[in-house]
Amino acid sequence: MIWETVRLSLRSIRRNVLRSFLTLLGIVIGVAAVIAMLTIGSGTTAKVKSDIAKLGSNLLVVRSGRPAGTGGPGGLDQAVRPLADKDVAALVAHLTGARAISPASQKQVRVIFGTESLTSGVTGTDSAYLDARDWKLVSGRRFSDSETRSGTGVCLIGETVRQQFFGAGEPEGEIIRVNRTSCKIIGLLEPKGYTGFGQDQDNVVLMPLAAYQRRIAGNRDIDNIYVAADDRTPTTELQPRVEDILRDTRRITPDREDDFSIRDMTQIADAMASATTTMTGMLGAVAGVSLLVGGIGIMNIMLVSVTERTREIGIRLAIGAHEKHILIQFLVEATVLSLLGGIIGILIGLALAGLASATLTIPFAPSPAVILLAVGFSALIGMVFGFFPALRGARLDPIDALRHE
Amino acid sequence: MAAALIGFDTVWKSYGQGEAKVHALAGVDLTIKRGEFVAIMGPSGSGKSTAMNIIGCLDTPTAGTYSFMGIDAGRLDRNRRALLRNLYIGFVFQGYNLLPRTTAAENVELPLIYRGAPARERRELAMQALAEVGLVGREHHTPAELSGGQQQRVAIARAIVTTPTLLVADEPTGNLDTARTHEIMELLTRLNRELGLTIAMVTHEADVAEYAERTIRFLDGHVASDSSKLEVA
Repeated sequence: MIWETVRLSLRSIRRNVLRSFLTLLGIVIGVAAVIAMLTIGSGTTAKVKSDIAKLGSNLLVVRSGRPAGTGGPGGLDQAVRPLADKDVAALVAHLTGARAISPASQKQVRVIFGTESLTSGVTGTDSAYLDARDWKLVSGRRFSDSETRSGTGVCLIGETVRQQFFGAGEPEGEIIRVNRTSCKIIGLLEPKGYTGFGQDQDNVVLMPLAAYQRRIAGNRDIDNIYVAADDRTPTTELQPRVEDILRDTRRITPDREDDFSIRDMTQIADAMASATTTMTGMLGAVAGVSLLVGGIGIMNIMLVSVTERTREIGIRLAIGAHEKHILIQFLVEATVLSLLGGIIGILIGLALAGLASATLTIPFAPSPAVILLAVGFSALIGMVFGFFPALRGARLDPIDALRHE
Repeated sequence: MAAALIGFDTVWKSYGQGEAKVHALAGVDLTIKRGEFVAIMGPSGSGKSTAMNIIGCLDTPTAGTYSFMGIDAGRLDRNRRALLRNLYIGFVFQGYNLLPRTTAAENVELPLIYRGAPARERRELAMQALAEVGLVGREHHTPAELSGGQQQRVAIARAIVTTPTLLVADEPTGNLDTARTHEIMELLTRLNRELGLTIAMVTHEADVAEYAERTIRFLDGHVASDSSKLEVA
């Protein structure tokens, strides 16, 4: 009986292909929007999380300048004292619970090899930087202590730099020019890909801090100090210790505020992930409204359908159809219609999300739960919005219905 | 002759309220026995259509009792009457009332669907009914591909596929030419004689009414005359 009714409804949907299609469109767009939004959203959340993890887990980043608004880009205040070697030395000497402590300064600089050139993020640092940021070498070696101390012209390059200059060739031992100073490549960094903000993390050159300060920056300033917590120490515990040590070594009296800021990357990761999730939810809700509009479209067309087929309903009632038969017939038709729209919408939504994932280089993360929910919801919309028209059809008086032209 | 199939006991059917109240039927008494072929005549507004609707359990009286097969059908709710129609009554309308874009066989199967009959049984019964009305080979034609006479045969097949006790025919030849009218009336007469099907038929054509063995004339909501061929003969 139900199968019979489904077949019947498919036939009546086919009978008015254009009208059915236009009706479907509302649901299709609604479901596609919801699916695309949620899928892209969960992909973005995953991307943000992994980006921050790539930056280094349990990482504190110290910058000079007063702390800006929470989570904001703690801007460098010109009037403020920069970080210095002695700050790093104090942390290394007194801080407990840290896995790695590394100073770093960076700048966008033109890097040249042969006839090729590339503007790259050049960072002056030490070997601990790789530990702090959980960054491994694909080949080659780290800076030696003597290279770090004396500021020898050696460097580690990222994957993008390697591709630009060497293609399939071997980069180690080659000499590149970084801002008019020469630099020998001693190692290749593991690829990290793009950040969620589209920044290429592999377009980098690392060199010893002393070399960077002398040959590129022209000063002794340190932009950041990376402090990675060890496995037993949460960053929330480590942060006040870092603050105490730095206040002490920078001689900040208790009545004055910090002239440096400490950012907890874990907290930023959580905040950003939860922001993305909220955003996703909001976009999904907005998309959900279009589903509602789609549902009203279904109701509209079902009302037309019931009116148009009044005579048919009369015949069916005359030859012995119960109210419930008519009700079910039109309910099934509305449900099949919106379910069909839902399925098409899911396919389109997934395709859109796939496309977006490819262009934005975020993971394609379709959620079976969301898809199932979309199917269920579109069926529900058909039932809810199909009910009133169906009831109207079922309540018709067979005599009037038969007289209807 | 068998027991009464249809009984009207001072049946009233009124429409409207107060001053505007109209009595379509004003206390009609009527009995139709099983196996009868009755023609119901009368000018428009005489109450014949209302009487037919009540006979076919499509409508209920405002006052009085309508009994069908000994059941007080006038007091039944919509769905019970639908069941009654499905089990015991077949309908043939003036305008054929077939579902468009639906094959003859599917149209004939329709009442069986509401009975919950399995697909195979439905198909078989539909084929038998179509054979009965002489439409072998036309099973898969849609109404648009059939002539008026053939469409009315499909409608008759649909009416008899459930082997009903009563066939209600509302101007069954109204849309047909003389030759087709004759064919359809021959068919109804045969069904009445061979299957013992009780037929109640509304018509305004005297030569169509001639096929019936009994003619009831309505006028102003009353039975004006009730004549049987047997009595005349």
